[in-house]
Amino acid sequence: MKKIWAWGALIFGLLYFTLPLIGMTNFSLKMRRGEYSFDAYAKVFSDPRFQETFTYSIMQALFTIAFGVLLVVPTAYWVRLKLPGLRPYIEFITLLPLVIPAIVIVFGYIRLYNTSSWLPLTGSIAGTNVLLMFGYAILALPYMYRAVDTGLRTIDIATLTEAAQSLGAGWATILGRIILPNVLVAVLSGAFLTFAIVIGEFTMAALLNRPAFGPYMQLLGANRAYEPAALAVIAFGITWGCLGLIQLVSRFQKIAPPKA
Amino acid sequence: MSSAHTGARPPARRLPLHWLGVLPFAAFVFLFLILPTMKIVVGAFQTPDGSFTFDNVIGLFTPSILSAYWISIKISIASALLGCLIGFAIASAVVFGGLPKWIRGPLLTFSGVASNFAGVPLAFAFLATLGPVGILTVFLRSNFGLDLRLLGFNLLSFWGLTVTYLFFQIPLMILIITPALDGLKREWREAAEILGATGLQYWRMVAFPILLPSLLGTLALLFANAFGAVATAIALTGSSLSIVPILLFAQIRGDVLGNPHLGYALAFGMIVVTGIANAIYIWLRARSERWLK
Repeated sequence: MKKIWAWGALIFGLLYFTLPLIGMTNFSLKMRRGEYSFDAYAKVFSDPRFQETFTYSIMQALFTIAFGVLLVVPTAYWVRLKLPGLRPYIEFITLLPLVIPAIVIVFGYIRLYNTSSWLPLTGSIAGTNVLLMFGYAILALPYMYRAVDTGLRTIDIATLTEAAQSLGAGWATILGRIILPNVLVAVLSGAFLTFAIVIGEFTMAALLNRPAFGPYMQLLGANRAYEPAALAVIAFGITWGCLGLIQLVSRFQKIAPPKA
Repeated sequence: MSSAHTGARPPARRLPLHWLGVLPFAAFVFLFLILPTMKIVVGAFQTPDGSFTFDNVIGLFTPSILSAYWISIKISIASALLGCLIGFAIASAVVFGGLPKWIRGPLLTFSGVASNFAGVPLAFAFLATLGPVGILTVFLRSNFGLDLRLLGFNLLSFWGLTVTYLFFQIPLMILIITPALDGLKREWREAAEILGATGLQYWRMVAFPILLPSLLGTLALLFANAFGAVATAIALTGSSLSIVPILLFAQIRGDVLGNPHLGYALAFGMIVVTGIANAIYIWLRARSERWLK
């Protein structure tokens, strides 16, 4: 009886989750009338707008990851080492992006950093790109910080730091050559999750008018029939790839970092 | 800054300058998270020339804006409740239901992927499934003669959005509740059984009260999650369904409300709603963690 019920729940879940995936895959293959083909994919891949926006979003993701790592690793390390009393507050702040909707944050950016303000970031393309990257870093902060902080918990940073210092290492050496390699798995987990978030992000990029992959997908969805389904398959593949890579790197560590 | 003083004890360092180490982080978070949010909150209480007013917030209480909030809240509550219910059923089926052990790993991995598969592509997936020419719509029509549209189902509606949001709500619930279910100790069940409790009594009087805070807490998190979702809604409905995130998006793009400061108030309302939901979540999670150690 219990088993029937359990199987029932599982099969319901399986149906609910596979149907949309089957639906989008099926639809993406039906561009040619009466037979299955990869025409929709060929169309998407040969679209110069796809190449542009996809490259743009990948670049944004890479910069966001680099910036996030540079910001979060030293901070999380320093807080654990010297300012443990601040940890609850920092943790609270890093969870705020889950509370404040992204659309509100970007609305604030537009009003705060417009051309007539003290820091006119939206006045130039480069400035807007940087602003968007900062926005992405904020969106990824909850995941990045938690991943790195969990990674730091598994190593004895106080002893490692003292050992390195007694051998004459400076702070840059300690962070770059001792701490970072030790939390690399955690950093990579955070990085892949950041990548998955940034690559398809829509709201911020659309409102800051940057040619990112998310707004491109939305635009195509409003105008085409089959290509959006192909894009959905590609996007799902990317998400799956990122999460799969997290699993893969976690396996190199004895204690897998808990998923956010 | 008293914590800086206590942290300065062990090595030889005279001035309490440790707090300087978090300065870049603090500056970044202040400039790109706190300040923009403050700008919205303050702007909600300002007239265009900068003086204090309640008019913007009062301006929210017009039928069209109130109904946008109402639909948003309804969708968020429905998708959070159903997400909790279904996610709980699936998670407990895997943890307690006697299913093969190997299902658990792939289920959690898949949940990780699906809970991150939101936004524009998710809308496309559902359009291809339940849209006018979607695979399920066509299948039901040609094989069973069931026309979803005649039955009153429309993907660009309350139920359509709810069904779509469940795709990331259910996995999130599974991810959060599975560790909580693991935390239910075997001894509690055995103790209850020795005292003569039936399975139902154990669930009603032992397990459920213990899980209640984390269930309610997750409910709050799922609510905020759905309430702030913009991309899925826009890609799914264009602007045909007036929910708060879509309204705010249109307002930022082109001031459709005809009053820039009403936009601030609209955004402020969103912060208030998700803020309340998350305050409940944080409070209840702290309570539940006391039991599940």
